[in-house]
Amino acid sequence: MTSIENAVPENNITDIAMAEQGTSLWKDAWTRLKKNRMALFGLAVLVLFIIIALLTPWIAPYGYEEQNLDLGATPPSLQHWLGTDIFGRDLLTLIMYGGRISLAVGFVATAVALLIGVTYGAIAGYVGGRTDAFMMRMVDILYALPFMIFIILLMVVFGRNLLLLFLAIGMVEWLTMARIMRGQVQALRQQEFVEAAISLGLGPLAIIRRHLVPNALGPIIVYTTLTIPGVMLLEAFLSFLGLGIQPPQTSWGLLISYGAETMEEFPWLLIFPGLALALTLFSLNFLGDGLRDALDVRSSKD
Amino acid sequence: MSLLNVQNLKVSFHTRNGEVKAVDDISFTVETGKITAIIGESGSGKSVACYSLLGLIPTPPGKIEGGSAVFEGNDLLQLSESELRQIRGRDIAMIFQDPMTCLNPYMTIGHQLMEPIIFHKKVAKKEARQHAIELLEEVGIRDPQSTIDSYPHEFSGGMRQRVMIAMALINEPKLLIADEPTTALDVTIQAQILKLMADLQTKHSIGIIFISHDLAVVADIADQIIVMQNGKIVEHGDRQGIFRNAQHPYTRKLLAAIPAGTKVVAEAQPETLISIRNLNTWFDQGRHKEPVKAIKDVSLDIRKGEILGLVGESGSGKSTLGRYILRLVPITSGSISFDGIDLTELQGQDLKKMRRRMQMIFQDPYASLNPRMSVYDTLAEPLLLHKIESRKTVEQGVLKLMDDVGLARAFVRKYPHEFSGGQRQRIAIGRALATRPEFIVADEPVSALDVTIQAQILDLMLDLGKEYGLTMLFVSHDLAVVKHIADRIVVLYKGEIVEQGSGKDLFENPQQEYTRQLLQSIPGRGLLE
Repeated sequence: MTSIENAVPENNITDIAMAEQGTSLWKDAWTRLKKNRMALFGLAVLVLFIIIALLTPWIAPYGYEEQNLDLGATPPSLQHWLGTDIFGRDLLTLIMYGGRISLAVGFVATAVALLIGVTYGAIAGYVGGRTDAFMMRMVDILYALPFMIFIILLMVVFGRNLLLLFLAIGMVEWLTMARIMRGQVQALRQQEFVEAAISLGLGPLAIIRRHLVPNALGPIIVYTTLTIPGVMLLEAFLSFLGLGIQPPQTSWGLLISYGAETMEEFPWLLIFPGLALALTLFSLNFLGDGLRDALDVRSSKD
Repeated sequence: MSLLNVQNLKVSFHTRNGEVKAVDDISFTVETGKITAIIGESGSGKSVACYSLLGLIPTPPGKIEGGSAVFEGNDLLQLSESELRQIRGRDIAMIFQDPMTCLNPYMTIGHQLMEPIIFHKKVAKKEARQHAIELLEEVGIRDPQSTIDSYPHEFSGGMRQRVMIAMALINEPKLLIADEPTTALDVTIQAQILKLMADLQTKHSIGIIFISHDLAVVADIADQIIVMQNGKIVEHGDRQGIFRNAQHPYTRKLLAAIPAGTKVVAEAQPETLISIRNLNTWFDQGRHKEPVKAIKDVSLDIRKGEILGLVGESGSGKSTLGRYILRLVPITSGSISFDGIDLTELQGQDLKKMRRRMQMIFQDPYASLNPRMSVYDTLAEPLLLHKIESRKTVEQGVLKLMDDVGLARAFVRKYPHEFSGGQRQRIAIGRALATRPEFIVADEPVSALDVTIQAQILDLMLDLGKEYGLTMLFVSHDLAVVKHIADRIVVLYKGEIVEQGSGKDLFENPQQEYTRQLLQSIPGRGLLE
């Protein structure tokens, strides 16, 4: 091997080093992600949806409260591209406004879950022993609490608002995240590179941040992309029970559940919100897969 | 007639980077009742050659491009998968490197042995059990009547390998292929397994193909030796011929790489750097079990600038002792001082300062490097942590380290998986040197590497030791390696020091029975001296 190694001409060496200065795991990951078409497609769709959601109040063709009871439910037409619902409201407008809520709930609640879960799980797994046992028993107790009662209690005490909804869902979803993270960290903790980091003099937080979390990202990312759609559906369920979003405000989950009731007469009321949700989920999955591969430095040679 | 006659075998792999000729036109024969050793480094095609005979290489990407392999009148390469399955396990058996991964952890040894006996011989359970006990007895398992109901994890590595051999013998095969069967074992156990294989081969008169990266291992048992490099056979001959009169430069290189000779001891400085007194380390096994005493009442001095070899089998506590000095495992009692500072009491910032002065090189360079960190990140971390370099100068510091350990600067952004084992160990050495330590614990730093790479890494460590003025604790199970590198040797057995002295004294005049036993286990002594 030595002969090949030393065959690299000297003048190139500094060039390479300079050109790649500041390359980090994330930068490398981005370079790799750019080569994955499906992931880029997913990312593009998500960015597009988010931009639309942000601009909705200005670009929506109608207001979401504009009813036209005489019109009623009509199939897609030139005036209403995606048709209208039973109150004569424009479906495209409803989907755009619903997307604002659904995407916000999906991303914010998942971010809350991710932050709490990864931190909590990493600490429990790294410290181990009694601390770990105590922390994980807490998780078990929270698991055992009936989720609905927990959320209803929160709503009763603090009243109904959107922020609380984010928080409540995030508070429940982090439990699984913490368990996954703890398992990963426990396995990684036994590896010699962690011992090497300790003997270098690194503190526990630096070891968790620099050595453990990056190596546990694969399963975490996959689980995150599964959590976001789960959260969106959970929001729909809560709204359906009257605990989440209330009409005339709407979300994709609500639109779908109303659409499902009238599926036989007015199928477009189910199909279009369903398509919006499905497209988001597909994009998330493609992006998640791509991210996992991109962050795994072993997955590609280039 | 030969038992197996391989002619012009060619195997290639079609990868993204084009076709790789893994086995390139090799021919050899295996005789009944003889041991044929195939020697080569990883990537030389030695395993692929044997696996392709049994249809065990994945196709694609692998492809057998041509040749023939006649075994008892049948060309193995022409047989269908179902015909091959008949031959595998019945006429040709295999033993692998790692016996743990080959045994089902949830089944007792007895069940795993009885299953194939019942399947192949169509006998009743009771008879099968009797047969299994006989087999265990034959491969030298003590008290097989009771151990037959144990689970694999209750066995030591050597015993598991014996079970694997027993399993291979069930159908009285005519050919046994052993792929690095002793590489994962201690020297003394290795010697026992080698002897067992040689005995069985004479007793049952089977042909054995013994695949290994280490010429020394087969020096005592092989009848003929085939040396492979880059898919080709470079030399081929009987044992005497290869060891006494090697023709090909690669064979000579392999022979030269076998660590030999005793290090000439430099004039020792009387100054003590590390002094260990009455050290005990126990591991708790839960409330109701006796704690495991990994280290019992060990006292030891390490002098400034010396390389101290620490020798013992797995379970002797040798790795624990090294980790204890670095404060990586909790201690039970005893004291240790480093340059006059008591290490056992240090906490927080004081401990961090101390960590800078002592570092560790680990056995497995695949596990000791963070797979998500490039060479740059790995080497920059200690430099920045201990403020040896600033953000501006760290790049130069990293490149300097890479020069020191012999890694091309162009590789600075590459990740561990892109390197070979030897190169990874160089990265790990670079990381250990980054803090400019005075003391390094090297825990079996070469035992996971090919022989020729081993020699390179050992030389590198000796050079760097001199350049950086290091004191080193060199932990190893391999006496030959330790003798080559160490000034003084300490022999550890079951957590206690049994003997210590200079390499010369220890080898020429061992005082203890255990040391003598260790010395006798070094493979190929006769041919190498």
